[in-house]
Amino acid sequence: MRASAILFLLYWSLSVASAQDSCMTCHSAMEEGTKGPATLIKNDVHIAHGLSCADCHGGDRTSDDPTIAMSKAKGFKGKPARTAIPKFCASCHGNPDFMRKFAPRERVDQYELYETSVHGKRLAAGDTNVATCIDCHSVHDIRPVKDGMSPVHPLHVAETCSRCHSDKVKMAPYKIPTNQFEEYRTSVHWEAMTKRGDLSAPSCASCHGNHGAKPPQVESVAAVCGTCHVTFEALYDKSVHKAVFSGAGGGGGCIVCHSNHGIHQPSTAMLVGPNAVCSGCHEAGSAPAQTAAQMAAWIDGLDRALKQSETVLARAEEYGMEVSEAQVRLIDGRENLVKSRLALHAMDPGEMRKPIDAGMAIAKETLAAGQAALREKDFRRWGLAVSVLLIGIAILAIRFLIRRIEARP
Amino acid sequence: MPATDPKNKTLDWLDERTGWRMVRDLADHKVVPIHAGTAWYYFGGITLFLLGIQVITGVLLLLYYRPSVAEAFDSVRFIMTRVEFGWLIRSIHSWSANLLILAAFVHMFSVVFTHAYRRPRELTWLTGIALLGLMLGFGFSGYLLPWNQISYFATKVGTDMAASVPVAGPAMARFLRGGEEVGAATLTRFFAFHVMILPLITFGLVGLHLLLVQFHGMSTPSGVSPSQLAHMKFFPNFFLREMVIWYGVLAVLGTLAAIFPWELGLKADPFASAPAGIRPEWYFLAEFYTLKLIPSHVWFFEGELLGLLGFGLLAAGWVALPFWATGRNGEHRARLVTAAGVFLICYLATFTILGYLK
Repeated sequence: MRASAILFLLYWSLSVASAQDSCMTCHSAMEEGTKGPATLIKNDVHIAHGLSCADCHGGDRTSDDPTIAMSKAKGFKGKPARTAIPKFCASCHGNPDFMRKFAPRERVDQYELYETSVHGKRLAAGDTNVATCIDCHSVHDIRPVKDGMSPVHPLHVAETCSRCHSDKVKMAPYKIPTNQFEEYRTSVHWEAMTKRGDLSAPSCASCHGNHGAKPPQVESVAAVCGTCHVTFEALYDKSVHKAVFSGAGGGGGCIVCHSNHGIHQPSTAMLVGPNAVCSGCHEAGSAPAQTAAQMAAWIDGLDRALKQSETVLARAEEYGMEVSEAQVRLIDGRENLVKSRLALHAMDPGEMRKPIDAGMAIAKETLAAGQAALREKDFRRWGLAVSVLLIGIAILAIRFLIRRIEARP
Repeated sequence: MPATDPKNKTLDWLDERTGWRMVRDLADHKVVPIHAGTAWYYFGGITLFLLGIQVITGVLLLLYYRPSVAEAFDSVRFIMTRVEFGWLIRSIHSWSANLLILAAFVHMFSVVFTHAYRRPRELTWLTGIALLGLMLGFGFSGYLLPWNQISYFATKVGTDMAASVPVAGPAMARFLRGGEEVGAATLTRFFAFHVMILPLITFGLVGLHLLLVQFHGMSTPSGVSPSQLAHMKFFPNFFLREMVIWYGVLAVLGTLAAIFPWELGLKADPFASAPAGIRPEWYFLAEFYTLKLIPSHVWFFEGELLGLLGFGLLAAGWVALPFWATGRNGEHRARLVTAAGVFLICYLATFTILGYLK
């Protein structure tokens, strides 16, 4: 009995010792500056999936002897050279059979895409300044993309790219601008992402690609914007501008009017007035400039009419009038305003008149409903005044009757 | 001598078949004592007048209201926007419901402070309290009928409270809701309560209450014999004065309905989150706020349960007021009753105001 207990304890202590990760044990005991990986790796997605240091770096994690644990005979690879990092990661991330065990929906073509990117091509040419996997995803504390603390979480992508792309010294040899992040932070896309919490709003990778990152060519800008702005793209394709803006030397489709990184809230001031983008190509007074002014007037007119209806309905509502049906109808009116702004991209006044006319009809109808509600409110007040007066007369008459009855002997 | 003119002949014919002259004689002999508290008598009449308004406007609303989840909200909106004077009928029905409960409370407290519950009027008190309970039931069931966001969630909160009553609570909540959740079955059930079950009971109890008032006559202040007081005839003197007040109440109702039409809100959406700051109607607010103040656990009791138990005991004590107001030796504990009345008014007023402000 005693012998079997001793044997069990011996077996148990041996199995515990063999389950220990000697990489973690030794690196945790190192001095502050060198134990980094052992500290960082606690939050790493690979550790969460049951992988360990040796699964990337090779070696024997079960041995307490560093000469064995980190011996070439045991497959120890050590720290990969910077130029070897993409291939190093791809040894697993490019292997569909291996990846299926941990993340079956994960793509496995990151390395192929990376090779086509500007980063990948330059790295292949020996430029070690360009981004590799670890520059964006971090190293040893790699978190899943959906983790809010990951540098590649949608909220942090732009900031992560800007770490290099806003660095004037780093970008100087490539002669590319460094103000993209600054401009992006003034854009509607940044606002949607950070203020409204819309994680589907575009950041750098949405237009430039992530692993296959490269700037879109002039001909393909509209297609890039059209990934989200589908209807705009379809209308733009029908417009006279398509051939001019998206052709060679045309300036890049959508960005001719809307710019690229600093895309601001569009308004009719883009069509007419001192800041009109049209004036860059069309002279004031020319037929196209007049058409633009006309279209701006239509949009502003519909906007004003809808706002007027909105104000009148709000006033009626303040007086307790039931105007919810008209308010719901007003939403249709606003939709037509959006549609008219959309139709503008076809640069066809006839196409634009349809939503403008439909919107104006709704504005007229809802204004009439609001005004009728206010008239009804007045009618009620007058009705109340007359009723109270009649009630007062009835009360006086009854009082008179009481006096007469009680005056009788 | 047999009547000869056609008018008297008709009245005789009617009297022979209905005995209406007996009712007229009763009315002729009914008198109202005149003293410092005579004005309180009017509140019973005001409550009855408002009940009449509820019946008339309720019947008119029934012409258009459709009691189903799909149609209830739209039918009320139709009443408010399309039906000629529909807004007025609905607003008067809603405002009148509130004034009716207020008038019933004032009537109840006037009975307490003038000690009109004393022997032999215990049954008048009990029927009156039951009627107040029925009015609250009308308020609770009617609140859900427009099927809007606020009413939906208020009913959810209300029936949840019922569910927390020990033993019978879950069954009671299921009975009220017609299922586990507030839904289509609850709406039709509340509609049935509101327009059929509660009115039937109310008409029976109102009849009994009035019969008892008629049987015992108007109560006079304690320690004062009716023979020591001057009296006025009920018809026409007191009745005409009541009419003046009813006209006044009608003017108030019209003013409220015209200047503050009862709002409709948004259609109920069971999947939406409860609107912020949701609270019940003012007449349930004191109890609601008290329950909110009680910690989730007091000693080893559940807080809400303890609160409901407290309300149950308070209500039972209040219902039994005429019985504990008289001591074993027949002495009247007037001061104790007045103190209890003052305490209850202070509690209800303070907690209702706090419930609104918080």
